[in-house]
Amino acid sequence: MQQEAAIREPLILGEKTYGQITDDVLKPVVGKANRSWWIAFGIAAIMALWGIGCILYLLGTGVGTWGLNKTVGWAWDITNFVWWVGIGHAGTLISAVLLLFRQKWRMAINRSAEAMTIFAVMMAAVWPGIHMGRIWLAYFVFPLPNTFGSLWVNFNSPLLWDVFAISTYFSVSLVFWYIGLIPDFATIRDKVTQTVPKKVYSLLSFGWTGNAKAWNRFEEISLVLAGLATPLVFSVHSIVSMDFATSVIPGWHTTIFPPYFVSGAVFSGFAMVQTLLIIMRKVMNLENYITIKHIEYMNIVIIVTGSIVGVAYLTELFISWYSGVEYEAYAFLNRATGPYWWSYWAMMTCNVISPQVFWFKKLRTNIIFTFFMSIIVNIGMWFERFVIIVTSLHRDYLPSSWTMFHPTYIDIGCFIGTIGIFFVLFLLFARFFPVLPLNELKTILRSSGEQYKKNTEDATQH
Amino acid sequence: MSKNIKYWKGVEELNQTPDFKAAETKEFAEYLPVEDFVGDKDLMEGSKTNRRDFLKYLGFGVTAASLAACETPVQKVIPHVVKTDKTNPGVANYYATTYNDGNDYAEIIVKTREGRPIKIEGNKQSPFSLGAVNARINSSVLSLYDGQRLKAPMIGGKKVSWSKFDKEVEAKLAAALSNGGKVRILTNSINSPSTTRLVESFKNKFTSADVQHINYDAISFSGALSANEEAFGNRALPSYKLNKARSVVSIGADFLNTFPNSVGLARQYAQGRNPEKGWMSKHFQFESSMSLTGSNADVRVPIRPSEHAALLLAIYNHVASATGGTKVSSSSSAYEEKVKQAAQHLIANKGRSILFVGSNDRNMQLMAIAINQALGNYGKTIDKDSTIHLKKGDDNQLKSMVAELNSGSVDVLMIDGVNPAYSLPAELKFSEAMSKAKVSVVFANRANESTALASHVAASNHYLESWNDHQPQSGIYSLTQPTITPLFDTRQMQDCLLKWMGEDKSYYDFIKETWMTTSGMTAGPLFEDFWNTSLQKGVYEAKKDNNGAEQAQANTIDPVAVSRSMGKQASGEWEIEFYQKTGIGDGNQSHNPWLQELPDPISKITWDNYIAMNPTDARELGFATEYGEQKDANTIHITINGQKFENVPVVAQPGQARKSLSVAVGYGQSIGKDNEIIGFNVFPAMALKGGEVAQYSAEVSFEDADGAYQIATTQTHQTIMGRDSVVRETSFSTYQTGDKDAFNPAHTIATHEGPLNVNKVDLWAEHPVASAGHHWGMTIDLNSCIGCGACVTSCNSENNVPVVGKDEVRRSREMHWIRIDRYFSSNPTDVEERNYTAMETPEDNPQVVHQPMMCQHCNHAPCETVCPVAATTHSNEGINQMTYNRCIGTRYCANNCPYKVRRFNWFSYQNYDKFAALNPSQDDLGRMVLNPDVTVRARGVMEKCSLCMQRIQEGKLTAKKEGRPVVDTDIETACASACPTNAITFGDYNNKASKVLERSKSDRAYRVIEEVGTQANVYYHVKVRNTESTSV
Repeated sequence: MQQEAAIREPLILGEKTYGQITDDVLKPVVGKANRSWWIAFGIAAIMALWGIGCILYLLGTGVGTWGLNKTVGWAWDITNFVWWVGIGHAGTLISAVLLLFRQKWRMAINRSAEAMTIFAVMMAAVWPGIHMGRIWLAYFVFPLPNTFGSLWVNFNSPLLWDVFAISTYFSVSLVFWYIGLIPDFATIRDKVTQTVPKKVYSLLSFGWTGNAKAWNRFEEISLVLAGLATPLVFSVHSIVSMDFATSVIPGWHTTIFPPYFVSGAVFSGFAMVQTLLIIMRKVMNLENYITIKHIEYMNIVIIVTGSIVGVAYLTELFISWYSGVEYEAYAFLNRATGPYWWSYWAMMTCNVISPQVFWFKKLRTNIIFTFFMSIIVNIGMWFERFVIIVTSLHRDYLPSSWTMFHPTYIDIGCFIGTIGIFFVLFLLFARFFPVLPLNELKTILRSSGEQYKKNTEDATQH
Repeated sequence: MSKNIKYWKGVEELNQTPDFKAAETKEFAEYLPVEDFVGDKDLMEGSKTNRRDFLKYLGFGVTAASLAACETPVQKVIPHVVKTDKTNPGVANYYATTYNDGNDYAEIIVKTREGRPIKIEGNKQSPFSLGAVNARINSSVLSLYDGQRLKAPMIGGKKVSWSKFDKEVEAKLAAALSNGGKVRILTNSINSPSTTRLVESFKNKFTSADVQHINYDAISFSGALSANEEAFGNRALPSYKLNKARSVVSIGADFLNTFPNSVGLARQYAQGRNPEKGWMSKHFQFESSMSLTGSNADVRVPIRPSEHAALLLAIYNHVASATGGTKVSSSSSAYEEKVKQAAQHLIANKGRSILFVGSNDRNMQLMAIAINQALGNYGKTIDKDSTIHLKKGDDNQLKSMVAELNSGSVDVLMIDGVNPAYSLPAELKFSEAMSKAKVSVVFANRANESTALASHVAASNHYLESWNDHQPQSGIYSLTQPTITPLFDTRQMQDCLLKWMGEDKSYYDFIKETWMTTSGMTAGPLFEDFWNTSLQKGVYEAKKDNNGAEQAQANTIDPVAVSRSMGKQASGEWEIEFYQKTGIGDGNQSHNPWLQELPDPISKITWDNYIAMNPTDARELGFATEYGEQKDANTIHITINGQKFENVPVVAQPGQARKSLSVAVGYGQSIGKDNEIIGFNVFPAMALKGGEVAQYSAEVSFEDADGAYQIATTQTHQTIMGRDSVVRETSFSTYQTGDKDAFNPAHTIATHEGPLNVNKVDLWAEHPVASAGHHWGMTIDLNSCIGCGACVTSCNSENNVPVVGKDEVRRSREMHWIRIDRYFSSNPTDVEERNYTAMETPEDNPQVVHQPMMCQHCNHAPCETVCPVAATTHSNEGINQMTYNRCIGTRYCANNCPYKVRRFNWFSYQNYDKFAALNPSQDDLGRMVLNPDVTVRARGVMEKCSLCMQRIQEGKLTAKKEGRPVVDTDIETACASACPTNAITFGDYNNKASKVLERSKSDRAYRVIEEVGTQANVYYHVKVRNTESTSV
């Protein structure tokens, strides 16, 4: 059992009992979905269907249905890819790194954050797939034995490293998430009465009995997986950043990219967790579990990582001038003052300037403001990737080839589609999965006999 | 023991009912109507089918049904049952022939594969066009496979057979000729000795009638022809030796693009521009719109069209005072200093200079002759005796013919090779006049404005299906021979004339007769030998050609009188000049999608003509100065000589003279399956002034139409942004110092050992190609390149590059494997101060650089390392090669290419509807132009220049079969072979004797953005301008 100083504010408010925790978390699972869930699900499903329609049109007609051109070969596709991968980072960081550091407050948020990771990585994986000219040959990127003789993949290519990094990351995250779910599925199994859900949940819970040996193994495997997942948090986005860093394009060819991308990813991931949880705690009445304290902690992570990102931006600018390389200097000057100046300043404002307001405790503990800021950061991080990809490509070495990028409806549709699919998955998760690790949560509940007595008295008075 | 058991078939049998008994006696239990059928005698006699036949039919039916169930074999392959001689599958045949459409002329070599002509290149044995071609000529092979061609003769718009057509035309001719009627034959300038003889015999045949032949050039040279006639008594243009001219001054003459034999001139021009021989020509250009020629000038002065004459007089006066001639009165000019500079340079190079005048004004041309005479250029750089016969049109003759037509006195009008209803000035009202001719016979390839008015349309051959001969210049003869049998039911004009004359011979025999006369031979093996040799070679140079008539006598020109009759040139607030684009020319091939998609060398705009205006003027009037991609141009309503054009785009063109406009002719015709109209036709707005069609008009007014017009351009950024490792240029004086560091410094990089050459510092292991086997590479001389784009269309043709159309070009998705980057200079102060935003705007009268750019085949290629599936790799011969089959289309390679030369197949250009109207590969006929040696790329794969891998392989095989090492002449890339100025050299760096190795070691050789460390296999040569100091 968790031992904590009595003067510390408890992590779970509302003087809950064990039974109440179970009931609170499982309410949406055993009960009926409310109106707002259906509305949200409807909107997300429409967005998803529209996006799937756009993707099918894209696959049927060709990549030319996007606004790409001879100079700008990647734009929204890879921007969205990096954006989604970045978002995914928070989940793993919360569940793995904070587990290793024994940060108990993570328990309120890790389940949804991990779910977000899984879904975000799935959305990320869509982009490299559909951006290919010939997706039907996507299996060429795997080092499969073949009958073509010595035909092999190119191990020099960062895009190939991406394939390995993302797939490893996805599988480890998925296993980690699933292992955590097993005891909770078992709880649901025991709770539900209808036959079909009972069957399904008992299948999902892998025959969990909840005996001491099982819990012991559970703790051990969690630690092992956390140990495995932690380096992945850093490797995935480092490798994604190498897509750019190993190239020769001014604005891409930058050695600070790996740490800069990782901190950016954590930054955007936490922002997305905020966006999701602030709504979820309200809609699902989880205010007592996901407290202001959690929100404040996450805001602190946002301000730290946002500042790291800000330092990286300034370092880039300085080095571009200090290097004396004409193309490099122009690339950064062009970012700030060229035709895409607005995207650069959108990025700067959203990512560097605005998170600094979280130095004020009043603001970082304000829920409405935090929600607003989380959206700003999500926008800012999308622009960061757009700035890196498009403004570097659109004006590189030979001025004769300089062009602009103009998105088409299909670009927009595909992007909105992935947001839709993401929310469809997340809403299904919120409806059918335990959104908080209810069994783990019970380990941090501070309870006493007096409190139990008080609770029962309250109950009889009403 | 056997049992005697009886089985019954039924109770009927057991009971032996009467019905059963009755039925038992019959073979068939039920009634069969056999007797009804067979017994019917009439029916049986009427039928021819007996039983055996029935079985035959049955067998056949079964077999046919089972055969129909099988998949039928490919239907479009027609096997050679008897293989034609010398046609081997996979082996190309080459034929020498001649391209002549009245506007362009070149002796060419046609490559045919399996009987299909697929590629056109210059005939290197030609003493006239010197083996050079331009974009219009090498694209003409696609016109052969144009699905919109006329496929049969037509009377009154209805297709008929040739026999019916002949009968009717013969009858009409006979009717007209018998009562002394008028027959007018209007053609493009005929330089064919046989056609001339044919027209003569046509006249002689019908002596009772008034038969007249009129030469007509859509782009008139009437003024120059008249001037030469007056000066030398011979109505013909002189030939030039531009390679010997050290001083070239041009007043409005785009001699590299629009002059007769411009391809030959371009080759000579480039020879004069090579600084490595110790001198280079200095080129002054005074012009209104920036022409291809002007963009190459050392000193370019933009002047308004009305100022050309005064400037010419000013130059004359300078020359006259230096040579002791009579001075004429001339008004002072704003360009006094430049004029003086040009005139002094001419005078300093007496006898080795040329002054060109582009105007069609007879008097201005006379003045030019006077100046060139005073400079002693005749007999040295200008040859008035060896005349050029490509332009013969006489505007006055044409005018009187139209008057005759209008009077209704012309019985038969025949038109061949020209489209007068399209290209004549509106003031002549040709369309109305033509409809007054009793019979009009138009020979044409495609339906056009003139065929629409004709009573009889004779579907004519493409030149690649025709016989002809030519005499482009005195003493030089060439032949046009068919390279394929006519694809449709067509016949060339000459064969028709012969037929209608009642001659029972073909034009081919007729040409041979002419050549017998020319060579002074008689029919026999000797002549056959001569004929076959000439046919094989394509050209024949007569030893002596001194028939007295051609020996011109110089008449004295009275400059004062000429200057007086030049009069005052019409001027207005605005003036507009008509010019020809490099791709479209006079518009006779405007239906050719390769040419429409070829960017204009100056504006880089495709698929349109437009009104060009100086950027400062445009800014003052509030017009957009940037356009292309999603930025639209503004539109105006413009009235030129009373002709109104509504909603036409206006484009800011650096180099255009202030308060002047320019517009390209040759547009406004339809293209493709959808008959889409491209641009607008300004020919009708040209006016006859003083007898000749004037190339500019001062009667122009316009108003803002407040509209937007989509412009498709391949280059939206115009300046080099001070990047001197992309384009290097220097002045001739700096170059002459011989100090390489002054004009072509090596890139160094700071290391702990001090500054090192950038190529010495490398993370990568050296590529093994440097020492073993072949190491292919290329050099490109920026001094020779004039930016004409012949390489681009040649590459399109060789490598099956798809046509993508205007909308895709607007999306910056043109597929050209080679492009010509055109950079305008920015303000030098801004460049000095690195004022980047200001550097984006070109100067009002910029200096221009043309830089051909294609895959640089880097030895350390950035594209190769990033491809996840190793679809682009380095060959052991130094070539960066694409494996289309392996490509999954991530476009990472294109992003990482510093030269941005990779092209992605955004769609399936062979199948997607969007490209159905224009892309040749979507049409059964158009597909015949595809080079079978080059893969047609699928959707979703990357492609780029392969250095014509298929040609390298072919060259290597040839050498191998002959058991010798590969030499330079074995392999030439499509771009190099097309280049009229020989700017591109291809070869093997590992061959010590190769030209490419020698060129790559030149002091001027550099590699584009060498400091990136790509170790490109393509070298460029520093552009040297004949100016005193380095500009940039």
